[in-house]
Amino acid sequence: MDQFTLNLIVVGATFLLYIGIAIWARAGSTSEFYAAGRGVHPITNGMATAADWMSAASFISMAGLIAFLGYDASAYLMGWTGGYVLLALMLAPYLRKFGKYTVPEFIGDRFYSPTARMVAVVCLIVASVTYVIGQMTGVGVAFSRFLEVDNATGLYIGAGIVFLYAVLGGMKGITYTQVAQYVVLIIAYTIPAVFISLQLTGNPIPALGLFSEAKATGEPVLTTLNGMLADLGFQSYTEQHDTTLNMFLFTVSLMIGTAGLPHVIVRFFTVPKVADARYSAGWALVFIALLYLTAPAVGAMARMNLIATFYPNGTTGEAVALSDIQSNENLDWVRNWEKTGLLKFEDKNGDGRIQYVADADANELTVNRDIMVLANPEIANLPGWVIALVAAGGLAAALSTAAGLLLAISSAISHDLIKGQLNPNISERGELLAARISMAVAIAVATYLGLNPPGFAAQTVALAFGIAAASLFPALMMGIFVKRINNKGAVAGMLAGLIVTLVYIFLHKGWFFLPGTNSFSDSDPLLLSIKSTSFGSIGALINFIVAYVVSNATEEPPEEIQELVESIRIPKGAGAATAH
Amino acid sequence: MADKSSSNAYWAANIRLIRLCLIIWALVSFGFGILLRPMLSGIAVGGTDLGFWFAQQGSILVFLVLIFFYAARMNKLDREYGVEE
Repeated sequence: MDQFTLNLIVVGATFLLYIGIAIWARAGSTSEFYAAGRGVHPITNGMATAADWMSAASFISMAGLIAFLGYDASAYLMGWTGGYVLLALMLAPYLRKFGKYTVPEFIGDRFYSPTARMVAVVCLIVASVTYVIGQMTGVGVAFSRFLEVDNATGLYIGAGIVFLYAVLGGMKGITYTQVAQYVVLIIAYTIPAVFISLQLTGNPIPALGLFSEAKATGEPVLTTLNGMLADLGFQSYTEQHDTTLNMFLFTVSLMIGTAGLPHVIVRFFTVPKVADARYSAGWALVFIALLYLTAPAVGAMARMNLIATFYPNGTTGEAVALSDIQSNENLDWVRNWEKTGLLKFEDKNGDGRIQYVADADANELTVNRDIMVLANPEIANLPGWVIALVAAGGLAAALSTAAGLLLAISSAISHDLIKGQLNPNISERGELLAARISMAVAIAVATYLGLNPPGFAAQTVALAFGIAAASLFPALMMGIFVKRINNKGAVAGMLAGLIVTLVYIFLHKGWFFLPGTNSFSDSDPLLLSIKSTSFGSIGALINFIVAYVVSNATEEPPEEIQELVESIRIPKGAGAATAH
Repeated sequence: MADKSSSNAYWAANIRLIRLCLIIWALVSFGFGILLRPMLSGIAVGGTDLGFWFAQQGSILVFLVLIFFYAARMNKLDREYGVEE
């Protein structure tokens, strides 16, 4: 059986599984649509949160960035896991106690202001749509490869499937489908990593293999990789090349963005008790860590295998012959990826060989970083079923997160904006219809911008984290920990954080992410060495300061709000969630 | 709600616990993983140094321990102050 048919069978089978579960658990009432009736066990919830959380950025893109950036990409690893500590300690239990369905509802009630709720809706939509753009980039890469079409066609097909999928189920459908998706994606991620770690080091655990000896040289893997890179003129893998300032701010931004992203926070509304909300964050991180501890090994080993493919006689020997790339069946993957337009080679110097070197003028191979994880099993010549499984895993990651984000966007529009503000008498049916229309609009916008994305999938997603970090996290945290923050302070803080961060991002990535409208670039940023992906931490700082200063200059929050804050700090008396 | 002074003491104990956890959280990631890495460069770990290991492995493992430690301590605290569900 050829690889294409095998891909179709494996991907098709997993899709049938998800759709079957979605139909079986189809949402009937609005409360089921948003919060699954609150009957979800912490471990189940943790697994679903992990699938919701680990998107195309984690699965498809992150190890590729690690492969090319080495140590500098550690910010992604620490940032996207460290945020769970903040969630578990500072947000999840209290928001669960508060007991409403959405993040803007909490902000609206705590700051006793419909304006605050609307500002939170805007922040949520901006962050989530940016996030969906990153997902669409990943969906495009995955679909273009496994259907063997160009990247844009893959993106259109993927967008259609995401839409169908998200519209079918609400949170309940999504909770149980996401458990299935987690299982598919973690198997798909770890199996090839185990194979490759065994091939290169003899150690079956990739996280340990990364720090052990490479069979080929008898030296540690990372020493071997640094040596290969040095031969070809590339920068060292293990040294720091980014500035310490930017790396620090980037990690902060990803961490607090993690804790401020609405589609993750709503997960903790669905557990039965406050005590469960605390453990749920821990279980989510257990399931996330299985992938995140493996990713550094995937990155380093993929880079080694890529170089070894193009230098079959070692990095000091001759590069691979062009005729081999065109006909050798072990190099089928190079030709397959060339069809997507995401891998390109050209024999510039006409020597019949493809040199892969650091010098841009002499280099004859360009590899999109987002293809590394999907191409990894092919590069290592693993069996066909492993390759098909990785395609299915990548799609599971992208689909589950896109669905969770679309749910957060649609509930913000239908529940907070329309029902909470414009038309409180809307019928349940009308609310569901509005939810579905907003999903369709969000997908259309994200697909259009996904054609010319502002960066690789994980970088676009990092921008979404910056926006969430600067706008929502400070408001949520202060809402719980600082009683003195009033309506005016919260609104001013959120607006200041959101606007400053968005302007900084748009100055570097183009206004509304339209290509060519930027005035600066991340290689030479406006302020010091702070890249647009790191600016969320500065935006958050501004948010905190503005909210604090404005609150202290204006009147104290009313007595009943101070009592509300007292009550969410204590687990006792948490009932089922209520709608407005 | 429980009486005011008891719930204030509960909250103060919670804040102390959060502070302790966040100090460790920052130390292993921003500390060992980034800012203090040059100071740890003498400790070799499989072809690189301890700072690299903390940045790509160790910090994640510590985060896990921290969350479960906090959850267990808080659930105990809930019972001590009689504020559990």
